[in-house]
Amino acid sequence: MTNRFSFGNGAALLQRLGSVIGLLLLLIALSVLSPDFLNAGNLLTVLRQVSINALIAFGMTFVILAGGIDLSVGAILAFTGAITAGVMASGHGMLLAIGAGLGLGLLLGVINGVLVSWGRVAPFIATLGTMTLLRGLTLSYTQGQPIGVSNNSFALLGDGYIAHLIPNPVVWMFGVFLLCAFLLRGTVFGRHVFALGGNEEAARLSGVRINAMKLGVYGLSGLLSAFAGIVLTSRLYSAQATAGSGYELDAIAAVVLGGTSLAGGRGWLFGTLVGALLIGFLNNGLNLLGVSSFYQQVVKGAVILIAVLLDRRK
Amino acid sequence: MRGIRKAFGPVKVLEGVDFELLPGEVHALMGENGAGKSTLMKVLTGVHKADAGEIEVDGQTVSMGSTTDAEKHGIAIIHQELNLIPHLSVTENLFLGRELNTLGLLHRRAMRQRAREWLAHVGMQSIDPDLPVARFSIGQQQMIEIAKALGQNARVLIMDEPTAALSERETDTLFALIRELRSKGTGIVYVSHRMEEIFVLCDRISVLRDGHFVGSRPIPGLSLDEVVQMMVGRSLEARFPTREVTPGEILLKVEQLGDKHVHDISFDLRAGEVLGVAGLMGAGRTELARLLFGLDKATHGRVLLDGQPIHTRTPVQAIHAGLGFVTEDRKAQGLVLDLSLRENISLPRVPSRAGIIDRATEKRQTQGLVEQLKIRTRDMELPVRALSGGNQQKVVLAKWLALKPRVLILDEPTRGVDVGGKAEIYQIINQLVKNGVAILMISSELPEVLAMSDRILVMHEGHATALLDAATATQETVMLAATGGH
Repeated sequence: MTNRFSFGNGAALLQRLGSVIGLLLLLIALSVLSPDFLNAGNLLTVLRQVSINALIAFGMTFVILAGGIDLSVGAILAFTGAITAGVMASGHGMLLAIGAGLGLGLLLGVINGVLVSWGRVAPFIATLGTMTLLRGLTLSYTQGQPIGVSNNSFALLGDGYIAHLIPNPVVWMFGVFLLCAFLLRGTVFGRHVFALGGNEEAARLSGVRINAMKLGVYGLSGLLSAFAGIVLTSRLYSAQATAGSGYELDAIAAVVLGGTSLAGGRGWLFGTLVGALLIGFLNNGLNLLGVSSFYQQVVKGAVILIAVLLDRRK
Repeated sequence: MRGIRKAFGPVKVLEGVDFELLPGEVHALMGENGAGKSTLMKVLTGVHKADAGEIEVDGQTVSMGSTTDAEKHGIAIIHQELNLIPHLSVTENLFLGRELNTLGLLHRRAMRQRAREWLAHVGMQSIDPDLPVARFSIGQQQMIEIAKALGQNARVLIMDEPTAALSERETDTLFALIRELRSKGTGIVYVSHRMEEIFVLCDRISVLRDGHFVGSRPIPGLSLDEVVQMMVGRSLEARFPTREVTPGEILLKVEQLGDKHVHDISFDLRAGEVLGVAGLMGAGRTELARLLFGLDKATHGRVLLDGQPIHTRTPVQAIHAGLGFVTEDRKAQGLVLDLSLRENISLPRVPSRAGIIDRATEKRQTQGLVEQLKIRTRDMELPVRALSGGNQQKVVLAKWLALKPRVLILDEPTRGVDVGGKAEIYQIINQLVKNGVAILMISSELPEVLAMSDRILVMHEGHATALLDAATATQETVMLAATGGH
């Protein structure tokens, strides 16, 4: 069992634990520094805030492990959120709207995959292009106005609780985490993601379907971005054209903080969860301590740089 | 170097090694893969710091803390993988990191002039130092590296497998240069697995085995058997194990296959047969293999398996048809270095049900192959990066054996593999042949092609120039066909 989610040997596992230790230290420090930090209400609020970034970052982990990058996740979130809200606003049911949003996200991701595989466009450029294009489409679709949602059962998706305690987005986050962790470590698809990012030529010669794999990872990233967009739209009771701005960078930061190599082939999904939590608790802690939002950005940037520098030292 | 010790974590790589190099000497450093040759040379060039022991240069004890220290003492290394930047010019490469300048402004003319002089020292006065390095052959690039080392006043030159990628003629040129450097007093450490070269070129040989210094002997009067015995600690019965298999039915039939590199190649390959493919560098041998495996698209001709035409437009289709391809460059093409031995071996076909990996079967299958191929590793879960060259090559073989291929293409299967490892790979080949696998073996080592093949296909500039019976072929007949003569 130890092999399922670990790296198979102790030394490598220890090396990855840096982010976990960092998170624990942060939690201890915040508990000491702020009396408001350590209570269930605050912790669950943070988890709910983190969930959107975490959902996107899980998809991003697959893309980065496979040797790519996806800058279009925030734009996909905004566009699919708007479409989902739009479908409901035009009188259709919730399930059709969600289906349309998820299907569109998957399709947009697959288009990214087609661009980088058959189109042979560098992933950074391809997804920068789709990001810009989708931002424009979202603005013209919404005319820059929020699209409100009045469907009460849809609102439960992002704003409901389980047992009046645990916010639904947190449940989605952990559920998707488990699914993705299994996909990455327990399936042939996941194995091929590592092979593709580790050595594309060797993977191709071993009969790994390189192009199909790329469609798969970008498709998954698009799908999870759309899911995050739907959850966010539900929580806010409306879709905003500018939703998700900069989320691509938060997601990449979570992946890298978690110890996954930007060069591909090395990393783990649990690290991404830890990375997303680190960012979330850091934001929350700085708020509680009354640090101005200007300095919050400075601190966040510094933490990312220090974490990555420490990682490179090993 | 005296009493050099070095350990990486719990693994002791060097356990008290002595090594001595005289001026004007070509000194062969030999040992099986994993014996510690590379580590010893890395200690000498300041890449690794020794845990114990001392290094003397001209009788003075020196500290070799960094590569800069090594450079200061005139020690330079020419790696197997060359360290040139392809798109920079020859001059820019020669002066990389030590450009002649005043306040950052480059002295282009002076550098070009100096580059010409350095190139002339290695007999390369005819090349244009303004051209990018990528325009030159591997052999020429190696000469440029040597020129660079000499330009930095190297008195000790370490060469790691320098002939691995060279043609016969380039090798001759290199040897002539090495002899000239020797006569000028440069000390040369020559690391190679090619016994023939050692005897032709070197004055003395030092052997390492499992991190220990076995001994140092003058080459004259030494026999090949004695060297092998020093290396493996026992004498090998024969370099090439015998095989008694009669090839069966025709399995693979190739008819006038070609693209822009390979022209109208036709041959039959029988079950239980080894067809050797000989030729010089650039003769189109690897290109032929790539066509068969669907890595490049054939423009004409066809391939039949069991008399039925097969379409191998992609590696996926080739693997499905029953083909396997052990590539010549195991690090770039054969292995995913960060994945474990188990994950590499199962990569072409991960045991699974509905996409979910069956880990128990995967482990059992890997364990079986590790034992069958005698792969030496502490732990199947370690990244293959940590394995020695010979063991890495066996992992690549194991990867294909797991698929039980009907036709296996081997491209330079023993390149960079030590004597003991070679014999083991030959035994694996024989075992496969016995089980009816048809093998196409590309090799640049003539003794290997002659001993291991049933028949030999010789290529020259993309054409098949001869199909010889290995029993009657000689090095001379093969070379004649390989150089296009008849």
